[in-house]
Amino acid sequence: MSILVIAEHDNSSLKPATLNTITAAQSIGGDIDLLIAGADCGGAANEATKVSGIGRVLVADNPAYGHRLAENIAPLIAEVGASYSHILAPATTTGKNIIPRVAALLDVQAISDISSVESADTFKRPIYAGNIIATVQSSDSIKVLTVRTTAFDAVSAEGGTASIEALTSIHNSGNSSFIGEELAVSERPELTAARVVISGGRGMASSDNFQLLEKLADKLGGAVGASRAAVDAGFVPNDMQVGQTGKIVAPDLYIAVGISGAIQHLAGMKDSKVIVAINKDEEAPIFQMADYGLVADLFDVVPELNTKL
Amino acid sequence: MKVLVAVKRVVDYNVKVRPTADGSGVDLNNVKMSINPFCEIAVEEAVRLKEKDPATEIVAVSIGPQQAQEQIRTSLALGADRGILIKSDTDLEPLAIAKCLKAICDQESPDLILMGKQSIDGDNNQTGQMLGALTGYPQGTFASELIVEGGKAKVTREVDGGLQTVGLSLPAIVTTDLRLNEPRYASLPNIMKAKKKPLDTTSPEELGIDTTPRVTTLKVEPPPERAAGIKVADVDDLLYKLKNEAKVIS
Ligand SMILES: Cc1cc2nc3c(=O)[nH]c(=O)nc-3n(C[C@H](O)[C@H](O)[C@H](O)COP(=O)(O)OP(=O)(O)OC[C@H]3O[C@@H](n4cnc5c(N)ncnc54)[C@H](O)[C@@H]3O)c2cc1C
Ligand SMILES: Nc1ncnc2c1ncn2[C@@H]1O[C@H](COP(=O)(O)O)[C@@H](O)[C@H]1O
Repeated sequence: MSILVIAEHDNSSLKPATLNTITAAQSIGGDIDLLIAGADCGGAANEATKVSGIGRVLVADNPAYGHRLAENIAPLIAEVGASYSHILAPATTTGKNIIPRVAALLDVQAISDISSVESADTFKRPIYAGNIIATVQSSDSIKVLTVRTTAFDAVSAEGGTASIEALTSIHNSGNSSFIGEELAVSERPELTAARVVISGGRGMASSDNFQLLEKLADKLGGAVGASRAAVDAGFVPNDMQVGQTGKIVAPDLYIAVGISGAIQHLAGMKDSKVIVAINKDEEAPIFQMADYGLVADLFDVVPELNTKL
Repeated sequence: MKVLVAVKRVVDYNVKVRPTADGSGVDLNNVKMSINPFCEIAVEEAVRLKEKDPATEIVAVSIGPQQAQEQIRTSLALGADRGILIKSDTDLEPLAIAKCLKAICDQESPDLILMGKQSIDGDNNQTGQMLGALTGYPQGTFASELIVEGGKAKVTREVDGGLQTVGLSLPAIVTTDLRLNEPRYASLPNIMKAKKKPLDTTSPEELGIDTTPRVTTLKVEPPPERAAGIKVADVDDLLYKLKNEAKVIS
């Protein structure tokens, strides 16, 4: 078995999701190479050589790959990946954008969001907002997979001695261009990797009130998330949405504040170790999922939590 | 401009499905079916483009059983001009769906293809990107804003870190995210009118598509149950339990 893992990075450094994806690759078993496609991505490539479990780091460093445009990167991955038995990427928005395009170029049916490896060709994945876990077997010659990072531990970012190999192949489709981005800057840990997540819903009632949760997050060293309703209402940006169609989180502690617990929200957080729900409606479905439920007005108890912590 | 919209018939988002008793599949008996919410957003976006440029034609395509006509009719009632049903009684995989849509693109030569980012049943999030590979068209996935101007599409995308904007030459594929728009409700007169709009039927065989599955579902099961939780009396009780029982804070 030979496995190509597609690194998630921002050119200067490697994103943690890469480390979880390597663990998934290890549970398939075989030689693992890591592909870094970017522009001026030497920083990320150097970090990658230290990651444990990697044989070679393949680096495609070219302006065409700078913003991870699928039209340019997919043909690169399809070309390099054609000689591997497996191609894996984290199920981040970058992975989800690129991997199906790679699979179709290789005439392969990709498998999205695997949550467990049963064997080299058989995987589990959640469907129907996580209400069903399907065990699926691929008959394609190359298995093309995206990995649910919360379902796999991270390999160590240190201790490896991988070699770097430069790739010279350039794919520039010329039909898409990067115009700009607005990226959130936060001092807090990344939502999908945080040990504690505090999420607010429609019950937060305003953008300003999210400061209550930020304060709590800072006391607990956590990240702040949100329900779709809170994002749609404009309280917080889209990158904070937790759920079936947002981010998947599985922290040690998840605190849902003013969130009712729709199946689409539960899909994104129900694998958390300990779930706390704060809601003034004792019938709210979130309480069926919560280890500790507090029926109360959030505007009374969140400030109290902030004082007592 | 011609816009192709791909709409899928799926279990309604309010339904919590379960495995069948023998674990071989998902129990869909007497379950309410709807248009995939992301596809509804795609139809709405097409209709808004047409409201700006009345020369636009909107073609709604669905691959599915005969009943998927209902979802095409819904799209027609929302403002699509005609429909194409690619009839298949078995569930097709995203790659096969993308191949069917590629065949329709070859016939129709649309300038823009609008699709959902994800079907809420299979949660694949693949078909638009696959169609991109098969046609060679650029893709703007997870769109929260779309501007079509001067033969180009400008797409703002919801990405993990925030928002990214890309420029695509037409023809292009755009997949919708939740914030792109809020779909309208079909009015009764429009529902009546939709019944008279043209709806053609074809099949993967007629289009010459090999739909042999590549992935077999061996088993389906419910997710692990969580042990029932408790209600705590107040903030002090909560903090005590988080510290001493769950040991997740110190
Ligand atoms: C296609 C599709 C995809 C979706 N994807 C997602 C997704 O990824 N993530 C997601 O979250 N949702 C998603 N949804 C939306 C989901 O169905 C729900 O609408 C949403 O999760 C509801 O958000 P909420 O719980 O914040 O709001 P509500 O359901 O309105 O609940 C608000 C809660 O706050 C409580 N509350 C109000 N005031 C207070 C107070 N002062 N103190 C304490 N409690 C208070 C209320 O009792 C209520 O329970 C999706 C829906 C669709 C159709
Ligand atoms: N059977 C289908 N018929 C029409 N469109 C489909 C079908 N399956 C998927 N699509 C389109 O592809 C999008 C993404 O679906 P998926 O890749 O299955 O998550 C959907 O929102 C539709 O726009």
